[in-house]
Amino acid sequence: MSTTDWPLWEVFVRSRRGLSHTHAGSLHAPDAELALRNARDLYTRRGEGVSIWVVPAAAITASSPDEKDPFFEPSADKPYRHPTFYEIPEGVKHL
Amino acid sequence: MTATGPATVPVTAALALGDDALVLSHRLGEWAGHAPVLEEEVALANIALDLLGQARVLLSLAGDEDELAYLREERAFRNLQLVEQPNGDFAHTIARQLYFSTYQQLLYAELAAGTGPFAPLAAKAVKEVAYHRDHAELWTLRLGDGTETSHERMRLACDALWRFTGEMFQPVEGLDAGLPALEARWLESVTDVLGRAGLTVPEGPRTGAWSAGAGRQGLHTEPFGRMLAEMQHLHRSHPGASW
Repeated sequence: MSTTDWPLWEVFVRSRRGLSHTHAGSLHAPDAELALRNARDLYTRRGEGVSIWVVPAAAITASSPDEKDPFFEPSADKPYRHPTFYEIPEGVKHL
Repeated sequence: MTATGPATVPVTAALALGDDALVLSHRLGEWAGHAPVLEEEVALANIALDLLGQARVLLSLAGDEDELAYLREERAFRNLQLVEQPNGDFAHTIARQLYFSTYQQLLYAELAAGTGPFAPLAAKAVKEVAYHRDHAELWTLRLGDGTETSHERMRLACDALWRFTGEMFQPVEGLDAGLPALEARWLESVTDVLGRAGLTVPEGPRTGAWSAGAGRQGLHTEPFGRMLAEMQHLHRSHPGASW
């Protein structure tokens, strides 16, 4: 298997209508059209999806592990942001 | 298949289409571990598995699928010479895919629209084959319109396999399809793809004395014997073996 200069693509698959696209993995492909087809072959072979997005990995801006504390620590001690203080009325199902 | 009953299945046609699918499936399977990139290896393996599924249905219409696949001699196979041609470089594989999947898509679309014994299989397979053709088309465009090297290799591959393409449209006993009309549409489709890829339609005959094509009569090219030996040796060495 030779190495390749092909860019990396991130693959997002929607498993069924009404759900969001979820990150499934990544792959190499020379362009978007082929990336979509490679994604179909690699990530939806067992009926996993009804829609695929491919995104150039280089186009993704990610938070850095160094920023973990300033980014995420402050939300850890704010329990009032979680909707846990409400009584669920009787008769409400599927909540 | 129950509507028509097994007695009405045209065995010759089932063998012809089934052997095409089986042999090409095996050829594509040979790329496993050797494809240029991992992603393409999976793509080719997927196509091979689609074809193997078609082969199983078709050969089962003609008899016992394992017996037919593993215990027939070379002369008893009825596949096109096109599908048994060695993989060559990636361009050869793509040219073979383009020629064959275009034919298969047109043929299955017609069979699916009819009421013959192949209609149920064709209706399912035509979607698979549409993807195979799409895959071949995209690669033909990229190789033909890519670098100088890729263009040259694609041109050589299209030329080398051209003489095997006439055989697809020779009549097959029991195959109820308008082959002359199919051939016209095949030429139109292939010409369109090659044109957009910056390639010219190969010159040279597709039928007649200087073309190839007696696979349907059981006459095969030299590489087929070796392919068959590899495909069959396990079953022949260990009859009835299972995982």
